[in-house]
Parts: sequence; structure tokens; C-alpha cells
Amino acid sequence: MKITRAEVEKVARLSRLALGDDELDALTGQLDAILGHVEQLNELDTDGIVPMAHAVPLENAFRADEVKPSLGSEKALQNAPNPVDGCFGVPKVIE
Amino acid sequence: MRKHYEVVIGLEVHVQLTTNTKIFCGCSTAFGSSPNSQTCPVCLGLPGALPVLNRQVVENAIKAGLATNCQIAPRSIFARKNYFYPDLPKGYQISQFELPICEHGHLDIETEGQGERGGHQTIGITRIHMEEDAGKLLHSDDPTTGSRVDLNRACTPLLEVVSEPDMRSSDEAIAYLKKLHQIVMYLGICDGNLEEGSFRCDANVSVRPWGQEELGTRAELKNINSFRFIKEGIEYEIDRQIELIEDGGEVVQETRLYDSNTGMTRSMRGKEEAHDYRYFPDPDLVPLIIDNDWIETVRGILPELPEPKKARFMADYSLSAHNTDILTAEKALADYFDACARQHKDAKACANWVMGDVQRRRNDEGISVAEIPVTPELLVGMLERIADKTISGKIAKTVFEEMWTSGKSADAIIDEKGLKQVTDTGAIEKMVDDVIAANPGQAQEFSEGKDKLLGFFVGQVMKASKGKANPGMVNELLCKKLRG
Repeated sequence: MKITRAEVEKVARLSRLALGDDELDALTGQLDAILGHVEQLNELDTDGIVPMAHAVPLENAFRADEVKPSLGSEKALQNAPNPVDGCFGVPKVIE
Repeated sequence: MRKHYEVVIGLEVHVQLTTNTKIFCGCSTAFGSSPNSQTCPVCLGLPGALPVLNRQVVENAIKAGLATNCQIAPRSIFARKNYFYPDLPKGYQISQFELPICEHGHLDIETEGQGERGGHQTIGITRIHMEEDAGKLLHSDDPTTGSRVDLNRACTPLLEVVSEPDMRSSDEAIAYLKKLHQIVMYLGICDGNLEEGSFRCDANVSVRPWGQEELGTRAELKNINSFRFIKEGIEYEIDRQIELIEDGGEVVQETRLYDSNTGMTRSMRGKEEAHDYRYFPDPDLVPLIIDNDWIETVRGILPELPEPKKARFMADYSLSAHNTDILTAEKALADYFDACARQHKDAKACANWVMGDVQRRRNDEGISVAEIPVTPELLVGMLERIADKTISGKIAKTVFEEMWTSGKSADAIIDEKGLKQVTDTGAIEKMVDDVIAANPGQAQEFSEGKDKLLGFFVGQVMKASKGKANPGMVNELLCKKLRG
């Protein structure tokens, strides 16, 4: 096994995903298969090859520091389930 | 108990950059706008939005790196730091993890001399990296209502400056922070406001018995918003940890909050799991390549930094180290003084007026250097009149006050108010004679050896002249006449 059910549970918890037992079982199997597939890369000799950070051979994509119009709060909140006073309403957060 | 333990402190400082726009989108970073008015698909974390790096942020990071003796990485990349919190719309923060933009720097600090660790220290800077800020959570006083999220601050550019655990006391920590604060202010890349969170400090504090190589377990103090509170928080934490160890306990690695009301730190429970950040390179952002030309271009536009400025003030203007420290603490004030001293030959007089009356008046009104109504040109105009003895130092105080309120030149004020110093020997001699004649008793005592009465006579003559007589000449004539 490349990944355990406990690890899948942990990652789901960190991502705030509520998964049922069936889903956990199914996902553990699927993730295991994916990792197994990717593991084939270990067969390659990668000595002396710089780790790649990006799939596209591009670098230095910049924008100038110039203000562009924002959406505005009305549009920003248009799809929010609970807008409150121009803000996104969320469950109470205690620090 | 303290003497049995060595204190070890490392600091992480978040420097909010004063760019016009956010780090990955064109939304304004202006402070104080209505909630969520400065947001767009990128900083709202909407699906399909593509972040694009603000070039000015990179340039500011290079400036900070050069000013703190760092190596600028020829290649650096952005990473996703994954955690779940309501103020983080994407569910991850774009930051740098492997390959940050700056590494291996240091700052030199000075602390009050005390034993082996007094005086000069070099504090290592592990790294400086670029990242985006989170949004702001607003809490209601009403316990039944939820919290609110304002994403105007989300995606605001930050530099995180991470030091080595090289500090051994709260004094060293504060000296380092003040130095770093001074540098980012000199560079003009941060407004430096601690209360508003533009310069935020997390302190990693641990203690270990003297001689122990291994570091003790550390506690991290979060986001304390003044130099004084940082010092108090560290001091409290040192005592807490030593007491804990002395009582046979163990320090737990955790995040603690400093409460300025109680002067204590308290544990922020339940965040342990949040430290599993699962960093990976952000596929939305391409690698950042910085060549030597770019670095040298930025080096070329760096302003004169505090240390070289201090050295120049001491050498060119023959000022003491103490006065130089005061004058260079704030870049704007240093520039103000510099402008005066370039135009007036007596740099010490410039320094005294700037540190004295200018600063006093400025503090009275709580204004910035840019708002000082007496420009360097006006101040120098007055200093010239003191130097050529048109006015005395005492009258100058009146002229200065008038310049401050009216904005007129010293010459205009001296003319209008007839403040020109009397240097006509005949006129002064007459006043001296009158004062001696009016005070025969004191004159007699003086001639019998009561020297300190000279001050009384000088005062009387100055009063008669409404402060305009040249004090040197008054002194000289009085001595001559009284001693016969």
C-alpha cells in the first residue's frame, strides 16, 4: 500500500472534507492506484537533473504595479451564502 | 534562577509592503476602504483566476535583501501553504518555501554594554521570502452572531524576514527589530506602523541551561504590536519557561498569545494540526529568475542606509555618535538635518536646532517631518543671522517661533519686529552706564568681590535692550566699567 486509510482520513480532515466510510475506502483504493502509477517515475535515473517547479518552460511573468478596477463588494458578495454588512458572514471564529 | 539559563530568541517579522497594488492582482492596497470593495477573482480565490506577480514586490524584496546583506537567489519559486481558516479564501496561502528570494543575511546591532553580550552583535538572517497576506476577520461583541470576513487585505504583499536564533536577551531582540524597522523605513518599502500591523513580529523564545549545545523547546509568541509589548512578552515567557523547568516540568512547543492587559502569555490551543501545511510548488506561478543586471540596477537605486549615513555625518559634520544616532533614527529627519548642514557651515548648530527646537515643536504638534513648517532653507536663513551676530541665540528662539507659525523668513521677521541685535558700542555703553547708575548698591558689592552679581547686571542690560544687545559686548563693557 502506498497510502493508508488513516492518511486519507487525515488529509480529508485537514481539507475539511466529511467523508463516509464507503468514500474513505473507495478513495484509499483510488489514491493508492494513482500513487502506484506515479511511482513508476522512480525507475528513471534523475541524478543531476534540476527539480522542475513548473510544467511550462516559462519564467518571470510579471505585472506592473498599477491599480486596475476591482469587482466591488456587491459583485464580490453576489454568490456568498450569508453576506453581512458588506462582509462574508461565517460561523463564529474564536481565537 | 535566570543566571543558570541561557535565553535563545529567533524572530520572524512580517513586513507589509507599500506597493500600490496587491502581490498577485491589480486591486488597490489603500487602507480604510469599505469591506470587500478592493477585491477581484484573484484575491477572492475564485476558481479559474490566475495570479500574476507584481514586479515591484520583487524589486522591494531585492532591496530588503541587499540592505540586510543577503544573497539574492538567481532562481526562486512560489509554493502553496495549505491550511484552513475563514480569512484565507483559497484554502492556501501563496508563499515561498524551498528557494526563497533572499538567504544568508545578517544585521549588526548594538546593545547597552553588560558583560560578555554587551555592545556589538551580529544577528543572522536565515531568509526573506515573499507571500500574500490573509483577509481580516471581524468579530462581533454579540456572542450569538457569527464572524465576518473582509478580504480587502487578502493578497496584500508581505516580506517575511526570518532571523537565526542568535539573540540572547529581550534587549537584543528589540535592538534587532528596531534596526530592521529602520532599514525598511529607509528603503521606503513599508510604512512601519506596528499598531496597524504593517510591521508584525512573532518571537520564538526558548531557554537552556548554560553550556548545553542543544536548543530548548521553544514557544512562539504571535503578532505583538509594539516594541514595548514584544519586550514584555519575551520577558514573561523567559520567566515562565524557567519556572516550569525548575518545577520539573517541560516546555511544550506551542503558539502563545501575549495579553497586554495582564502582561502574560497564554496558549493558543487546538492549532497543532494546522502546522501540517503540505507545501508544494504553485503551478499558477512560474519560476522567478533574477540576473545580476537586475540586482545591480536595484543596488544602484538603494538610498543611503542608516550605517553609511551615520558614518558620513560623523566624518563630514564632526558630530558625536550619540547625536548622529538621534539624527539618523528616522530617515526623513536625517534628510532634513542633512539639507540644513549642506547649506550652513556650522553643522553643530544645525544639529542642535534640529534635535532641540525643531523636534520639540514637532512633538508638541505630533506632526511628521514632511509637515514641519520651517523648511531647512528657513532654518538656515535664521542660523546665518545668528552666525553673523545679527541676532543672539536668545532672540533666535523668538524668530524661530514666529517662523514656525507664520512661515516667513528670519530676515523678514527680524525687520518687521526690529529684532536686530544692537552692536553699536555707543548705544550699549549708554545702557550699561544707566544700569550701573540705577543700581549703586550692587555695583559697590561687585567691586568688593561679589562676582556673581555680573549675571544680574547682564540681565538688567539685556532687559533694557529688550534682548537685542549683543551679550558678548554687554559682558565686556560691564566688566570694564564695574571693575573701573
